[in-house]
Amino acid sequence: MSEKFDVIVVGAGPAGTSCAFVCAKNGLNVLLIERGEYPGSKNVMGGVLYRKQMEELIPEFWKEAPLERPVIEQRFWMMDKESVVQFGYKGLEWGQEPYNNFTVLRAQFDQWFARKAVETGALLINETVVTECIVENGKVIGVRTDRPDGEVYADVVVLADGVNSLLGKQLGFHKEFRPDEVALTVMEVVNLPKEKINDRFNLEENQGCTVEIFGDSTKGNLGTAFLYTNKDSLNIGVGTTLSSMIKAKLKPYDLLDYLKTHPMVKPYLEGGESAEYLAHLIPEGGYRSVPKVAGNGVVVVGDAAQLVNAIHREGSNMAMSSGKMAAEAIIEAKKDDNYSEASLNRYKDALYGSFIMKDLEKYKDAAHIFEKHPQYLRDYVPMMNRAASKFFTVDGTSKREKQKEVLKSVTDERGTFKVLKDIYRAWKAVK
Amino acid sequence: MSTKNIEEKQYLLRFKCDTKSHLTVLDHDVCMTQCPEKFCTVFCPAEVYKWEGKRMQVGYEGCHECGSCRIGCPYQNIKWEYPKGGHGIVFRLA
Repeated sequence: MSEKFDVIVVGAGPAGTSCAFVCAKNGLNVLLIERGEYPGSKNVMGGVLYRKQMEELIPEFWKEAPLERPVIEQRFWMMDKESVVQFGYKGLEWGQEPYNNFTVLRAQFDQWFARKAVETGALLINETVVTECIVENGKVIGVRTDRPDGEVYADVVVLADGVNSLLGKQLGFHKEFRPDEVALTVMEVVNLPKEKINDRFNLEENQGCTVEIFGDSTKGNLGTAFLYTNKDSLNIGVGTTLSSMIKAKLKPYDLLDYLKTHPMVKPYLEGGESAEYLAHLIPEGGYRSVPKVAGNGVVVVGDAAQLVNAIHREGSNMAMSSGKMAAEAIIEAKKDDNYSEASLNRYKDALYGSFIMKDLEKYKDAAHIFEKHPQYLRDYVPMMNRAASKFFTVDGTSKREKQKEVLKSVTDERGTFKVLKDIYRAWKAVK
Repeated sequence: MSTKNIEEKQYLLRFKCDTKSHLTVLDHDVCMTQCPEKFCTVFCPAEVYKWEGKRMQVGYEGCHECGSCRIGCPYQNIKWEYPKGGHGIVFRLA
């Protein structure tokens, strides 16, 4: 196997496959290495795939990719123990071309996507773990795998090895992540007949709905839960930062069962049949946790580079974009046969100039602030529920009087000054 | 049926087990003497870690390879590798 390629991509998830696809399409000799039995067999995602970044790679992919449903409605729930305040948006324009996003099942989607890269000319090798990068004179020149005689060489190695990125750590691109930089998320795929899903979520044929659930879904801990519609199954999941999980002594599967049996959630799942249970980490450190992304003969993309916008549940789209940008930088680097860090920093520059780093920069303080000040999900969500209940209950009190009572209950609980400070802090974190 | 506990959840999964563990507790004494909380036995999503009075039992066969134990162990006492290529958990759906 001591062959030399133009590019070796480690990991056939959305980031790695995107990079391999673009490189192969431009005539580069690409080896794509996947540790699982097939691409997608180690990958987990709540399930939302955005159209825009995927379309930039494969135009009109929705005509052939294994997708579940185009999402036409996005709901947000602020949930208390026996109540929920809801808002959301439903628009039929999302149900037709060019669409906004889709629910997908990753084990199927990733296989299809990797097949597209292979059709374009990339060589895919499954069931192979890259154990380390081969470094010579301060330059990455290839990888060592767990196969016999498993050394392979390339001008550039692309680390798309996911949230744990042991390879990035080995190269000193990042230290071990802290428990507050990752979210531990567990989910279940629950089979349910299509008609039941359509009835329960008020959907028609080929329409999907996503529900993001805050508050009691994590027992007030920093995190969220989600309920997404597939063709004939639902994805239900919940996650919090690992640090919150540790602090609250939560067992993630107990939290999932708590959510599944919550009176606001249970009716949606009634009669469903669990088909799979999955756990995964999400890199949620944001802007400040992004490691070094380019070195001599090496670039880092996707989850391995912590490219996730937790607030907007965007990740796979950033993975794809980063993979594409890395590929474009490699193609340029090949033109002048220069794979130094300075040359590959074209990728870094593109990344930092793109929506990815702009969005991560916008929310750079958010996770930290919400972790440090847990009152937002823990106190304000129940307060919102109590306020809504009070306001909408008709009991002979005048509306003006009710408004006053609602305001007073909020300021009584936390104090006027504290409330104002909380509002200002939250606004600063997301502005 | 919808699952109600971790045993039922784990039963839904397909694993292609290696004969050798990819998870190693480096020093069981650290768990015994310095870590009364035994955090890994709580947050591990697959209940891989079980404290057996004197040592940590590691049921690596049911591991989801999420990485939480490596990051969450306050004593960096868990050596965490990927299972051999093609081994370990095999997700079929999401």
